[in-house]
Amino acid sequence: MTYLSSALLALMQQDTPKPKVPESPHFWMPTSSSTFAEATDWAFDFVTWVSAVVTIGVVIAMTLFCVKYRATDRSKNEQPTGNVDHSNVLEIAWSVIPLPFVIAFFVVGLQGFINMRTPPKEAYEIHATAAKWSWMFQYPSGYTTNELHVPKDRPVKVIIEAQDVIHAFYVPAFRQKIDAVPGRYTHAWFEAIETGEFPLFCAEYCGTNHSDMITKVVVHEKDAFEEWLEEAERKEEEEGLKNPVAYGETVYKQAGCATCHSLDGSPKIGPTFKGLFGKTERFTDGTTAVVDENYLRESIEDPQAKIVDGFPASMPTYKGKLSNNRLRALVEFIKSQK
Amino acid sequence: MASTTTSPEAFGSATPSTSESYLTNERGFLSWLLTLDHKRIGVMYLMGVLFSFALGGFFALAVRTELLTPGHTVMEADTYNQMFTLHGAVMVFLVIIPGIPAALGNFVLPIQLGAKDVAFPRLNLFSFHLWLIGALFLVLSMYLSAADTGWTFYTPYSTTTTTAVIPATFGAFILGFSSIFTGVNMIVTIHKLRPPGMHWFRMPLFCWAIYATAIMQVLATPVLGITLLMLIVERALHVGIFDPALGGDPVLYQHFFWFYSHPAVYIMIVPAFGVISEVIAAFSRKRIFGYKFIALSSVAIAILGFLVWGHHMFTSGQSVLAGTIFSAISFMIAIPTAIKIFNWLGTMYQGRIFLDTPMLYALAFLWVFTIGGVTGMYLAVMSTDVHLHDTYFVVAHFHYVMMGGAITAFFAGLHYWWPKITGRMYDEKPGRIGAIIVFLGLNLTFFPQFIMGSQGMPRRYYNYLEEFTIYHQLSTVGAYLMGVGFLLAGINFYRSLRKKPDAPKNPWGARSLEWLTTSPPPYYNFHKPPVVDFGPYDYEDLVFDKKLGGYVHKSEAKS
Ligand code: HEC
Ligand SMILES: [Cu+2]
Ligand SMILES: [Cu+2]
Repeated sequence: MTYLSSALLALMQQDTPKPKVPESPHFWMPTSSSTFAEATDWAFDFVTWVSAVVTIGVVIAMTLFCVKYRATDRSKNEQPTGNVDHSNVLEIAWSVIPLPFVIAFFVVGLQGFINMRTPPKEAYEIHATAAKWSWMFQYPSGYTTNELHVPKDRPVKVIIEAQDVIHAFYVPAFRQKIDAVPGRYTHAWFEAIETGEFPLFCAEYCGTNHSDMITKVVVHEKDAFEEWLEEAERKEEEEGLKNPVAYGETVYKQAGCATCHSLDGSPKIGPTFKGLFGKTERFTDGTTAVVDENYLRESIEDPQAKIVDGFPASMPTYKGKLSNNRLRALVEFIKSQK
Repeated sequence: MASTTTSPEAFGSATPSTSESYLTNERGFLSWLLTLDHKRIGVMYLMGVLFSFALGGFFALAVRTELLTPGHTVMEADTYNQMFTLHGAVMVFLVIIPGIPAALGNFVLPIQLGAKDVAFPRLNLFSFHLWLIGALFLVLSMYLSAADTGWTFYTPYSTTTTTAVIPATFGAFILGFSSIFTGVNMIVTIHKLRPPGMHWFRMPLFCWAIYATAIMQVLATPVLGITLLMLIVERALHVGIFDPALGGDPVLYQHFFWFYSHPAVYIMIVPAFGVISEVIAAFSRKRIFGYKFIALSSVAIAILGFLVWGHHMFTSGQSVLAGTIFSAISFMIAIPTAIKIFNWLGTMYQGRIFLDTPMLYALAFLWVFTIGGVTGMYLAVMSTDVHLHDTYFVVAHFHYVMMGGAITAFFAGLHYWWPKITGRMYDEKPGRIGAIIVFLGLNLTFFPQFIMGSQGMPRRYYNYLEEFTIYHQLSTVGAYLMGVGFLLAGINFYRSLRKKPDAPKNPWGARSLEWLTTSPPPYYNFHKPPVVDFGPYDYEDLVFDKKLGGYVHKSEAKS
């Protein structure tokens, strides 16, 4: 997908107001809205308690010594009341006592980290694309949004890519973050445990509007999510059917046809759509056919039926993945590419 | 191991009078700019560092002012992005890295060893000239179109933005060489120029700290140089190294960058440990506690510091195994660091504590650096780092370490050695007030950043969600307060310069060799070569002479 297309998509979807940070019951942390928030917060609190004891201990000792051993008049030449300048017992003690604590920190952190980095196999997959300066999320049906919609109580794996520079996917309420790196996929998974809306930030500096690369995660009830998705798609289609060519272009980008089919006449993995309609096509088995609506439909739903000469049989089937309306719009769009 | 000292004639400088102070034995601009005297070079570094500190502070205040309200306050987003980049680059490359080692270290270390100069005075001057050239490149980039990449210059942003990244990175590249040459000089000076009697464990801890730092400077900085050079090549010639659009790997850049920049964190903080050891001992009038542990823990930190760079990349998609190793080693550094803090407290225990300005800064250091240190653990715990990475929590953490640690120690050292460097005592009262204001300002600036960070406020944000406003405003007020504190310190220093030299040889009663010579020292550092038959913290041999306003050896004291 090109930068331009995602910019267009971003334009198509309305500008949403800044998300609200939900009121949190914790002082330090945002709401604990995913399954691993609790473990992370526990680790955070554990380190906080130990840190507080150490810091307060140091400050108290320091203050106490300053008060107790304070000297003001140099001409009195007072000498220290003791002059011990080393103690191996003490040195060993304060090297060894912190050891179990740091080991515990390490282990707790490792456990949490492994969990965060290991998505369950059955996780619901959503593709995210980060680009200066917006997010795009694509659901399995090919439907896309700028806000991330997820079901509650179901593991979700977000597969992330970046188009231009490094960004980072960060949902504080889920305690999850991962960089979006151009040229490779990264992923983050989580399982939301409460419905509502939570801010989603870009956490890796990416230029002028980095700080506006904020959107929200909307967590739906598990069942309501499917309904929401269907409804949203239906609405989009309705809108789209008023202008099938434009809608077809959206689908062309959303469904990933653009990675293999160009609009400018140059062959990519598959043939270009330019001037396709009405052309006479030769196939690998030697037969020919004139490209009409039925042929287009068949090519999309059953691409292996006829393989265009000179191209590999590598097109995936879209049967069952595209609704009837989307299919129609696609056909209209291809027809319009003269 | 000890060896002879080089006489200045051997490196061909004009022979100045031996009796006059280094400040007055020669006059004229060129007598400074082309001097081979480590003290003058140190003073020039000091002026450069203080000027840069003012500049970097100005950028910081610009950033904080913009953040008073969400959205536009006083500048555009692009300007803001340039401001925080300049703030970071100036403070790191021009202030903190050269601050203690090159400015104070240059001045103090040879005298502390009992040497007449550093091992390679010409190289020393060259490294200062490189510093100037590097700084000029940074200024040039500001003039052209200041970089907006953050001081980390992450690719592919830095290879694609339209701002003047090449002059800025080239400046950092040159500054790297300056830092390497200082390091080489310090290592050789410590190995070769210690006079008879000054064996390794008689060196003041400041020398140990500079030694550990120098090793890191020499080993790590070349990697930064190469990395920045590759970045420049990629940007200028479109050779694909880091930019995936050209077939490169952006994460590779991060590995290279942090391979230098984590050790750089210790290049910035280990010298501070040295200063704090000197100050706490001198103002507690008591031998430093656990000398060997403090000395060797610096070296341990220097070595471990090379093995933890990946803890900056837990969320970069790095493998779990790599993360595990980096996390484990990062925790190991906590131990030598803790050792130092406890040893400093052990030094204060049963001492006679004078709360003069340097000591106030040192106490501020103890307090603030402890917070900086423990908050590092949240970032080494991988699961909490995932949440905290690239938020204000990290900003607060490293400012507690860099500002609360390195800068506070730099000011402790500056007040401590000021009489030696300039021959003038500054006014104690404004000095102390300055220290207290800086301490309060620092906490007010950075503590709220911990809270907003853990609540999810990302860093490098021009605009922010309304919910974070109060923390940002507290932080901005704190920054202004801190500015007032530093201004007060600056005015106090300036006022002291306007009076006649009045500093005694040894105002604080410290025992390292620089306090045996006059304030300011003569060109050759000592009127007669010091005989080193005592330790750096043997304060019991000194008595205070009221008439001189300073300490003298028992044997010289007139009753
Ligand atoms: C992985 C690459 C790939 C993707 C994705 C892909 N196609 Fe194809 N497509 C091909 C290839 C290769 C051919 C030629 C071989 C064949 O006929 O199967 C082809 C052929 C076609 C043809 C017939 C073209 C002709 O010249 O006769 C049509 C129509 C078509 N694809 C439409 C689509 C649409 C619509 C989509 C998106 C919903 C899509 N393709 C997605 C690879 C792809
Ligand atoms: Cu961003
Ligand atoms: Cu680090």
